[in-house]
Amino acid sequence: MANTDKQVNELIKREYEHGFVTEIEADTFEPGLNEEVIRRLSAIKNEPEFMLEWRLKAFRKWLEMDEPEWAHVHYPKIDYQSISYYSAPKRPEDMPQSLDEVDPELLRTYEKLGIPLHERAALAGVAVDAVFDSVSVATTFKEPLAKAGVIFCSISEAVQEHPELIKKYLGSVVPAGDNFYAGLNAATFSDGTFVYVPKGVRCPMELSTYFRINAANTGQFERTLIIAEAGSYVSYLEGCTAPMRDENQLHAAVVELVAMDDAQIKYSTVQNWYPGDENGKGGIYNFVTKRGAAIGKNSKISWTQVETGSAITWKYPSCILRGENSVGEFYSVALTNNYQQADTGTKMIHLGKNTSSTIISKGISAGHSSNAYRGLVKFGPGAEGARNFTQCDSLLIGDRSAAHTFPYIESKNKGAILEHEATTSKVSDEQMFLCRQRGIDPEQAVSMIVNGFCKEVFKELPMEFAVEAGKLLEVSLEGSVG
Amino acid sequence: MLSIKNLHASVEGKEILKGINLEIKAGEIHAIMGPNGSGKSTLSQVLAGNEAFEVTDGEVLMDGNNLLDLATEERAREGVFLAFQYPVEIPGVSNMQFLRTAVNALRHHRGEDEMNAAEFMKLARETSKQVDLDPSFLKRGVNEGFSGGEKKRNEILQALLLKPRLAILDETDSGLDIDALKVVADGVNALKSEDRAVLMVTHYQRLLNHIVPDYVHVLADGRIVKSGGPELAFELEERGYGWLGINEAVAS
Repeated sequence: MANTDKQVNELIKREYEHGFVTEIEADTFEPGLNEEVIRRLSAIKNEPEFMLEWRLKAFRKWLEMDEPEWAHVHYPKIDYQSISYYSAPKRPEDMPQSLDEVDPELLRTYEKLGIPLHERAALAGVAVDAVFDSVSVATTFKEPLAKAGVIFCSISEAVQEHPELIKKYLGSVVPAGDNFYAGLNAATFSDGTFVYVPKGVRCPMELSTYFRINAANTGQFERTLIIAEAGSYVSYLEGCTAPMRDENQLHAAVVELVAMDDAQIKYSTVQNWYPGDENGKGGIYNFVTKRGAAIGKNSKISWTQVETGSAITWKYPSCILRGENSVGEFYSVALTNNYQQADTGTKMIHLGKNTSSTIISKGISAGHSSNAYRGLVKFGPGAEGARNFTQCDSLLIGDRSAAHTFPYIESKNKGAILEHEATTSKVSDEQMFLCRQRGIDPEQAVSMIVNGFCKEVFKELPMEFAVEAGKLLEVSLEGSVG
Repeated sequence: MLSIKNLHASVEGKEILKGINLEIKAGEIHAIMGPNGSGKSTLSQVLAGNEAFEVTDGEVLMDGNNLLDLATEERAREGVFLAFQYPVEIPGVSNMQFLRTAVNALRHHRGEDEMNAAEFMKLARETSKQVDLDPSFLKRGVNEGFSGGEKKRNEILQALLLKPRLAILDETDSGLDIDALKVVADGVNALKSEDRAVLMVTHYQRLLNHIVPDYVHVLADGRIVKSGGPELAFELEERGYGWLGINEAVAS
């Protein structure tokens, strides 16, 4: 095994390529969190009274909540008073009225990240909302989307423009009191994306949000809300990066999805937050709550995630399958390297009749990292004829990494059917020898083997991003051959 | 072309090869026979650069370069090919992708342009027919769910695509029925060319009914104890190894 380990180690050691810092003037709050900070945040965003009240209520609840400790991750206690809860690039006067008014330095930043914000140069057929630290800086293709009736804007804008939708749906899937980080997010969320797809509309292009943390000592608390009315369809993708910094930074997001009758939401994530250096110094704490409510009959919510970044990942994109015949899917690739830790999985809550869910989880651990799958499949008393299929595969690279699987099953319905398959394998010396004997570089061999392992999940990603995901995996594995 | 001098190798501290000397010229086919445990497979693995084996003495020159100084993949790019006795599976990686990556690694090394997917697909489809593998196998994961015979034919397919200088076949005949044996032998015969050498490691004489070697060597306890022409194989088939002073039971 020693030979494979050496090659894998070399491959994993490649550098994080999005680690640069953008020099831009910013308005940043002093570190600290209290009601005054929340009032200031709400005032800066010119929020209506109901929003401030909502935040304050969440904050008061949060003060009484405890940080969860059940996850298989270890880190020093976070001092929530040492974090700044708002940082935004300074802008001349108000929000830019068009893309031409966006600070050129910001546009260059996104270009460097491969996300051109000029519509003429933009990814074909993909509309982008760019969130930089605490604010949305640009949203592309708003007009053609508006023609189709689709609302795609920052959540701050939605609070101003569509308060009735915000009032109705914000917190309806992930209430402020749901968990510690969701509570913190409800009190402090600064921006994020809002999507509304009206009845019967198939969203004409892929929607995506690109999250970038830039400022130091700042937390990013974004909130995304997607509502798909009856018979509609939307595919949404988020990507994330951050500079390389020695200190840990907190990212505590909340995502809520609502799908009505016959509606379908496909939500994909390519998460590449700075993972920390090879000794485990720095990196993002990614503590995220994502949940979709399949309210309507025959509705479908599908989560696909490729998680390669972050020092610690704590996230469980889940589905509440309330509508009859509703479908939930979770496809996940989580790769950890060096000293990264991931505790990720899903919850499939079957409430309605004939609901079905599929869970395909691929965990890859290299270096000294630890990678856990944690999943709950629950059948309520009304979930007659419900079924779940779960497949959890772990791949170990080297002999110092760890993989764990924590499946939970709760059934209150005797008619429900559940299948669970789990495997653990290693990139073997034999596989490496075969590849190298055919002239293939060890690095390329590892990445090919890992990509093969993830194939079932990658095929669920929108086409434009499947290739990206493969490349990302390759980069994240650099230095892992050994 | 290939010159093996006093080659010693061990695995986990146990010496398996105890001084191998062998000269192979381009265009020749050599067969290495011998009882189980004599070191036949070890010789194949050591030549191909399996790092599980430690070379403790000797040298292996190919076209004047010491192969032992080269990493596994570098040897492959210089034209060393090993057809595995037990080909391993790589789930999810299509045979097509694997083969094209390998072919392009070699082309890149020779300073040639990479083959694009369409060109390669055409070539791979044609070549797969030559070893009686349905082109649908190209879409499947590398050796994933292949039968024993299909795996062996897949190895020969790789040899035909990679066009090595030195093809080492490690017990490619084992586990094959008579029809599959014929297909594999045809493949190996198609490999024969003036600038290529073939080294076949085999336990049985029956493969040699289909592929006539120029030389046959008998390996026992890590040394070549007898060399001869193709007739030596028939003699071994008839008389076993006993007359050479080899105790098969002990050796295995």
